[in-house]
Amino acid sequence: MSSTTTLPTWLQARQQAAQQRYESTPTPKRGDEAWRFANIKQLNFENLTGIPAPADPADLISRSVGIENPVAKFVFLNDELIHSKISLADAIICLPLVEAFEKHSDLVEQHFMKQETRLGSAKYAALHEASVRNGVFVHVPENQIIDGTIEVHHWISGGVTIFPHTLIVTGKSSKVRVVDIFHSADTETSGLAIAFNDLCAGQNSRLDYIAIQALNEVSRIISINETSTARDARAKGFVLNTGAAWARNESLSRLEGPGAHSDMLSVSIPAREQEYDQRTFQHHVSEGAYSDLLYKNTLYGHSKTVFSGLIFVDEKAHHTDAYQTCRNLLMTDDCEANSMPGLEINADQVKCSHGSTSAQISDEEIFYLQARGIDPVRARQLIARGFSVEVVERLEDEAVESLVLSYIDEKFNGIAKD
Amino acid sequence: MSLQINNLHATLENGTEILKGVNLEIPAGEIHAIMGPNGSGKSTLSKVIAGHESYVPTAGHVLLDGIDISEMSIDERSRAGIFLAFQYPNEVPGVSNANFIRAALQARLPKGEEIDAVAYYKSLYEKMDLLEMDRKFTGRAVNEGFSGGEKKRNEILQMMMLSPKYCILDETDSGLDIDALKIVAKGVNAMRSPERGMLLITHYQRLLDYIKPDHVHVMAEGRIVKSGGPELALELEEKGYDFLKEPALA
Repeated sequence: MSSTTTLPTWLQARQQAAQQRYESTPTPKRGDEAWRFANIKQLNFENLTGIPAPADPADLISRSVGIENPVAKFVFLNDELIHSKISLADAIICLPLVEAFEKHSDLVEQHFMKQETRLGSAKYAALHEASVRNGVFVHVPENQIIDGTIEVHHWISGGVTIFPHTLIVTGKSSKVRVVDIFHSADTETSGLAIAFNDLCAGQNSRLDYIAIQALNEVSRIISINETSTARDARAKGFVLNTGAAWARNESLSRLEGPGAHSDMLSVSIPAREQEYDQRTFQHHVSEGAYSDLLYKNTLYGHSKTVFSGLIFVDEKAHHTDAYQTCRNLLMTDDCEANSMPGLEINADQVKCSHGSTSAQISDEEIFYLQARGIDPVRARQLIARGFSVEVVERLEDEAVESLVLSYIDEKFNGIAKD
Repeated sequence: MSLQINNLHATLENGTEILKGVNLEIPAGEIHAIMGPNGSGKSTLSKVIAGHESYVPTAGHVLLDGIDISEMSIDERSRAGIFLAFQYPNEVPGVSNANFIRAALQARLPKGEEIDAVAYYKSLYEKMDLLEMDRKFTGRAVNEGFSGGEKKRNEILQMMMLSPKYCILDETDSGLDIDALKIVAKGVNAMRSPERGMLLITHYQRLLDYIKPDHVHVMAEGRIVKSGGPELALELEEKGYDFLKEPALA
């Protein structure tokens, strides 16, 4: 934490406890259920130099391209704020986390990292809690509708670890959309991000969160999402993975009131030797709630994905609607997609389904596009892009969809040049 | 100027011979129809002309305006001027119709040249209006959730946009109600031109009430067994394929 800021007492105490928890929690090992099929070697962080590389903030700010006219924009370099521009109503709190700790300590305390990290990375969540230096705090009061998008860029420069934290709280009948984008300042240096996003969707509110992970291909990221959705609230979480050597995403959505609705969406396009490891948990605590998960992976080269998802319906969560789908498109014979969908139902009258598929593009599909004059390489690319577009369209915001697609197209263009 | 098929033989990958020496010439400006019972090789012929890789051409040639296209890939044949309207058009999820047709047109341009978007949409909308297609079809994924009739109309739309030299329509009438058939026929007739040849593959004479062919051929057992004028279609309709008295057809 910045030395000029005095941290609230509660946070100091929690950071100390978290540090102890980090140290006493064993490192995940082969054979741990939560790390099945995972590449445990990626949890060895010894190759990080710990030395930040000098970077020109002006250059990074100019490279922080996102949507046109975001309602707020933040750019962080190694967790230090280097740029911010906010045009929001006064009632809305939208601040760098370090400032929010100071100005809105009680409000932050009410919501900051409230859920137990249960999908395998408890140790790294503890490290995050102990080390968090910055990020963004958004609090939207009752009935405030933000039509635009809040955009946050996180840059890693050098062989360091960043701990970006995004905490979003929506009051009753409010609405907000936040995009986090993770970048590396250069293409050669291995960095690490241990990122956390806390999403608390209040009653009848609408909360959209989009994470775009476009780190360089020698960096790693552990990204933990925890969402709570109150009565009649609608939360939408979307993750795009195009970058990093290895990414681990853990996403937990708790449906806490009747009529709560949670969309959990992801698009991953690993190529070469990239590995993406995703674990999800749809926790139906309340009766009459709805969750829908759609994860799509398009695998190139020798890449690898792991998807492990669980729908868990508590005893009293009657009339639950819960769906979970993971689809893998295998673009080469050497890629590897592992899927472990799961379901545990302890209530009555529920509608649940889960499934995963892995397939290659069929010759007949290619034939159709070729018969229109499109060469087979481009045909495969169009089909693969379309496969991802089906998820992106569920964002239901043209500007953000275009932004996400620009990262997807950049990835496909890179693959085409290989 | 013609699409010429000379002694074309083709087998399945397992060696079963489907085309057993097809000879056919479709001059530019003419519409030919091929009729024939199920399993006679009509659809296979259309796919082999388009270059489908599940069939192995074992003898013969396909000449497009005198140029042998037998060694060309599927997409090269398309760009050279062959268009196949599919009997069962594929769905392409996540790719909008407008982007799909645009990609097909783009593939015909020299590298570095871009489609003029304004002119493109103008042309697209004109053709959609003719085919009585709602504008919403531009944004919908190719053929996804389309009815049978909508898919066929979409094939004709693509054909009109790509403006090929030779069009092969594989059972475009199947699954169409009479109103949809009329609209599809309107599109095909609008494409009639002295510079363009067309081959209609169909089971039924009905299509030929709306698209008048210059010549009708009957295919059986992997060969063209009879050729004639439009009256041949009526004769087939009346008497059935048995009248050809080919023992193999019994």
